[in-house]
Amino acid sequence: MAGTLIYAEVQKGEIKKGSFEVTSKAKELGGDVAVCLIGKGVEGLASQLAKYGADKVYVVDGPEYENYVTEAYVQAFKQVADTVSPAVILASATAQGKDLVPAVAARLGVGAISDCVDLKKEGDKVVAKRPVYAGKAYAMVEAVADPQVIAVRPNSFAVKEVAGAGAVEKAAVSLDASKIKAVVKSIEVAQTDEPDQTEAEIIVSGGRGMKGPENFKMLEDLAKLFGPTATTGASRAAVDAGWREHSYQVGQTGKTVSPNLYIACGISGAIQHLAGMGTSKVIVAINKDAEAPIFQKADYGVVDDLFNVVPALISEIQKVKG
Amino acid sequence: MNTVVCIKQVPDTETLIKVQGAGIVTEGIKWVMNPYDEFAVEEALRQKEKMKAGSVAIVSLGPDRGIEAIRTGLAMGADTAVHVNDAAYYDKADPYATAAALAAAIKGLQYDAIFMGKQAIDDDAAQVPAMLAEMLGIPAITMVVKFEVAADKSTATVTREIEGGQAVVEVPLPAVFSAQKGLNEPRYASLPGIMKAKKKPVDVKTAADLGASEGPKTVVKEMTLPPARQAGKVIAGDDAAAKAKELARILHEEVKIV
Ligand SMILES: Cc1cc2nc3c(=O)[nH]c(=O)nc-3n(C[C@H](O)[C@H](O)[C@H](O)COP(=O)(O)OP(=O)(O)OC[C@H]3O[C@@H](n4cnc5c(N)ncnc54)[C@H](O)[C@@H]3O)c2cc1C
Repeated sequence: MAGTLIYAEVQKGEIKKGSFEVTSKAKELGGDVAVCLIGKGVEGLASQLAKYGADKVYVVDGPEYENYVTEAYVQAFKQVADTVSPAVILASATAQGKDLVPAVAARLGVGAISDCVDLKKEGDKVVAKRPVYAGKAYAMVEAVADPQVIAVRPNSFAVKEVAGAGAVEKAAVSLDASKIKAVVKSIEVAQTDEPDQTEAEIIVSGGRGMKGPENFKMLEDLAKLFGPTATTGASRAAVDAGWREHSYQVGQTGKTVSPNLYIACGISGAIQHLAGMGTSKVIVAINKDAEAPIFQKADYGVVDDLFNVVPALISEIQKVKG
Repeated sequence: MNTVVCIKQVPDTETLIKVQGAGIVTEGIKWVMNPYDEFAVEEALRQKEKMKAGSVAIVSLGPDRGIEAIRTGLAMGADTAVHVNDAAYYDKADPYATAAALAAAIKGLQYDAIFMGKQAIDDDAAQVPAMLAEMLGIPAITMVVKFEVAADKSTATVTREIEGGQAVVEVPLPAVFSAQKGLNEPRYASLPGIMKAKKKPVDVKTAADLGASEGPKTVVKEMTLPPARQAGKVIAGDDAAAKAKELARILHEEVKIV
């Protein structure tokens, strides 16, 4: 067994950034990089993966893959994995990746390492670093046998373009339909241009200190100034109050995010909130209570009333942008 | 409807974690039932109550102390439990080995559905539901926020959380369902419930009794604490406007985001 096989995920007709991130990382770790791309009408996307380091892209394309159904995707991916016989399998730990990865691993008769934030090669092993106990500790984990199946938290690695074009091949896959028992009846996805919190590079988040749903408008305005890779988030207190939907919640019972910039407005920084955003690269806290625990995690803190700071920040950033 | 609920005992989230070698110091920890597992127990109880028939069996892998979480589930209303009480197996168990032990314990039970939390908040792996389903040869539906079962118990129609939205999935039973927050509001154990739980049957087994001999497939080599973050910079300024101006400058020049 040698090289890496990556699961590339497609959503709304585009390959997810997390898939490019793991492709770039695989290239850096060394060895052949193969990618398995599954979906309906996805063949045309395959060449994009080569840009980030894929030597070969196996395309599984067909109407039966229009909606993600675990069993169908596991069967398809496993057949590609059997052909490639990789030493390492990587996927982005998106909602779909989290569903697929353990199922694939169990079908291959191996373990899996979830939601890693760093990978390092030691001989033939990839040692994965992952947060445990709500980010209060890190575990260094390795697999006992190949393939070493690893899911990586989105935004953990940079995407890097490389020279050279990878080959694209249609994979011959046959599904055992009798085993595909779950049927997707309907899918409802919010029509929004905002990235999902788990993938956003910038998150402007609000907590109980926002005082009401109407005030989140100002966080949305701030996020918009940062461009299309920015979105908003919320603490559980804001979600429980009904100010924001649960899909915005960051934390232990919400989403785990790792953006380049996390701005916490009126959020105290409870351990369960920190669990969801502690691996953010830069943390800014705006809170009027200098003793709020969020300041112990923040790289930059503004101790003041957010209702004065946020509007001023919006106009200052507008000035900087010219 | 007969259901199995898999639960795990974990440190309370407020607990201070101290690392030691490849694990944590277990003294001084307050142990609780994994919060996501509470949704799973609640859903199983609601299904039984709705159908006015059936039973709820708890299955848990853990050392001696795990019995407390099992009793909590029984006090909420579950009928029976299997405690795979095997500290040696548990200490080394990764998600794969955990699923193998649970699968072995569940094989002897009657069930239409298996409920469990979407992840345990200690190692946050979120793997056991899918692996368990694979080992039992039944489908797994993860991240369930709504669960409905057909009157003849042949299928379930569930809503699961997906990125940016929700999907409605129909699946034949039996199947494994992993519970996401929002599925229900777990009940508290009542005092009579707690009294009754003490008399409910708990079948205690070792992994070897069940024929679960699968070793772990992943190993934790080391556990570390996160590096102490450098003391953050408190942005000075005469008023909010001055601080905001300085923050904008920092985002532009130091963080290079604007
Ligand atoms: C099992 C469990 C799971 C949980 N999961 C999550 C989770 O996923 N996510 C999560 O966020 N929480 C979670 N919690 C809840 C968590 O413990 C906290 O209760 C929650 O994070 C608090 O939200 P908050 O910071 O918005 O509110 P608070 O703690 O009330 O903080 C509000 C902050 O706003 C500041 N403030 C008020 N007014 C202003 C103003 N005008 N200007 C500036 N600052 C102001 C205050 O100083 C205060 O620091 C969980 C709890 C449990 C027990």
